Amino acid sequence: MNNTNLLQISDLHVEVEDRIILNGLNLDVAPGELHAIMGPNGSGKSTLAQVLAGRDKFEVTSGSIQFKDSDLLSLEPEERAREGLFLGFQYPVEIPGVNNAYLLKAALNAKRAVNGKQEVDAFEFMKLIKDKMELMQIPTDFLNRSVNEGFSGGEKKRNEILQMLMLEPQLAVLDETDSGLDVDALKVVATGINTLRSPERATILITHYQRLLELVVPDYVHVLYDGQIVKSGNKELAQTLDERGYDWVKIETEKK
Amino acid sequence: MRTEDKEFSDLVKQKYQHGFVTDIEQELVPPGLDEDVVRLISKKKGEPLFLTNWRLKAYRHWLTMDEPTWAHVKYTPIDYQSISYFAAPKNLDDAPKSLDEVDPALLETYDKLGIPLHERARLAGVAVDAVFDSVSVATTFKEKLGEAGVVFCSFSEAVKTHPELIEKYLGSVVPQRDNFFAALNSAVFSDGSFVYIPKGVRCPMELSTYFRINAANTGQFERTLIIADEGSHVSYLEGCTAPMRDENQLHAAVVELVALEDAEIKYSTVQNWYPGDENGVGGIYNFVTKRGDCRGANSKISWTQVETGSAITWKYPSCILRGENSIGEFYSVALANNYQQADTGTKMVHIGANTRSTIISKGISAGNAENSYRGLVRIMPTAHGARNYTQCDSLLIGDQCGAHTFPAVESRNRNAQIEHEATTSKISDDQLFYCRQRGLSEEDTVNMIVNGFCRDVFKKLPMEFAVEAQALLNVSLEGAVG
Repeated sequence: MNNTNLLQISDLHVEVEDRIILNGLNLDVAPGELHAIMGPNGSGKSTLAQVLAGRDKFEVTSGSIQFKDSDLLSLEPEERAREGLFLGFQYPVEIPGVNNAYLLKAALNAKRAVNGKQEVDAFEFMKLIKDKMELMQIPTDFLNRSVNEGFSGGEKKRNEILQMLMLEPQLAVLDETDSGLDVDALKVVATGINTLRSPERATILITHYQRLLELVVPDYVHVLYDGQIVKSGNKELAQTLDERGYDWVKIETEKK
Repeated sequence: MRTEDKEFSDLVKQKYQHGFVTDIEQELVPPGLDEDVVRLISKKKGEPLFLTNWRLKAYRHWLTMDEPTWAHVKYTPIDYQSISYFAAPKNLDDAPKSLDEVDPALLETYDKLGIPLHERARLAGVAVDAVFDSVSVATTFKEKLGEAGVVFCSFSEAVKTHPELIEKYLGSVVPQRDNFFAALNSAVFSDGSFVYIPKGVRCPMELSTYFRINAANTGQFERTLIIADEGSHVSYLEGCTAPMRDENQLHAAVVELVALEDAEIKYSTVQNWYPGDENGVGGIYNFVTKRGDCRGANSKISWTQVETGSAITWKYPSCILRGENSIGEFYSVALANNYQQADTGTKMVHIGANTRSTIISKGISAGNAENSYRGLVRIMPTAHGARNYTQCDSLLIGDQCGAHTFPAVESRNRNAQIEHEATTSKISDDQLFYCRQRGLSEEDTVNMIVNGFCRDVFKKLPMEFAVEAQALLNVSLEGAVG
């Protein structure tokens, strides 16, 4: 136990519709660290991300999650967000009629209100977002479009990272942000993630592939299998997984 | 804000200066309806013979009619003999004596909507002689309109000052026999607004019922007539975002609009009558007949409505596109929450050549409410080159409510163009969660999505009204989620 941890997940058990998805998961994340979580399909990676963000269809049957000074599981999703937890969605939802600028400004101001800061007006908002949009290679007319409506897969993911850059979370959980991206888009997304790395912040990257981890170098790599972290290592582990797949991890786990 | 608007809003904000005592006799006609009651109403109002006879004709026809049952609404039958039909002044004994006696929940709503203090008492039906300080406002207002030749007064007043216009136009758009509720209204109508815009005049300000003296006492059978003479232009605002209480459960209004050649009428409504409580007890039955007649070539009538109140709404603001190249528009947001039932839509009847109509309807259902769009687009054989565009969207909040659309299209001209688009969507758990993950509360998320959904209609409202309408929707949806 380390009380300087930003996030501390202890013995987490999660079920959905009577199916056990997470089965005693432990993970500590300290400020400044970047953790990559890998694992075969159905191992519970996305469930972990959703539980951290507070999706109520997943039932936490036992275990605890400490985030900063709070019992994370007792907080509403919006409280978690305002406390500095950000989830980059694997499938960002479309919200017709609501424009990007409006949502993002409301999100920013909700967070600022918690920190006792004044709301930003439209002018300040534009000042704040301009550079970040350039960095993410997003055209300006995008702000007046409806949230994620008619966006390509790549645009949706870049939009997630843009939101993250604006909200400056202390803990970003990025759920397969790299899936469905071509090489160029992957570089843009990687740049966005790296921009926000700092000694105060931490990131959890959930990914299938090693290719993002060449651009965003992790401090730790974990393998999630059957609802538990069964193996942890450094970036070389990702390399090994890329070359050898997951079967050897499964065999190793089952031997134990 | 234009300067004249600002002046009036300043005036309205002024403190109450003079007592303004309404001079209405405290006489009550016993409940029930027969020819004598109709005659009595007409006599009490000092109406000319033609109008008395007009009312009687309507009454006799009403007796032969049956209450319509085709709407997608349910309610216990109305006992028409238990209603008192003379526009009786409010019974001051039963009314709250001060705001202290008013339901705190209502006061809280006023607060959220930013209703000025002096207005709250009027809206809550507090029994004071005059809570609306309007002598000075109305005088200035009338002078300004008088200079332009615009007539804007209560219907009863117009009967005395402009009987020739009343005789010529009353019932010329909505005939006495039009439907059950219109016939009833024609027989017993209480009061309402009258507007006449002379030839070539652009009305110098938006006309609002808010500014009309005695607007609070129009009664349950409101009758409004607006005539825009050739080449004139007027924008009329009806209603108020504040919830209005009324002891009369049945409201059956008739609104007639006449646009002559090159004239334009824009009619905006915010309807927020008491919808009943969250269990569906109480609330107003709002059975309204609204119709505009584009009588002249190149005329235009545009209806914009935001309907959030009433237990039952039965309302189809329509346009008869008679003049060549005339245009009819209908922009509607109808919200039904808890146990409210709304059956609303429009009729566009294309008669003239090259007539065009646009229908944008946004229906929102929440709680256990039922919300229906009912529309008719009729193209007559004479309407060469007519065009209609209809967009009809429904938004559902929760899984206990219903949204229905009953669009009808009748085209009797082969070169008419008719387009119809309809969507039904639901605020999904994924959308709610996404926004909450970005730090927005559930309520703010719903408001944001609903306002986004209604934007195309709000854009059509006058600026100040649009802001109020947005706030109103947010308040009306409280408790719709969670």
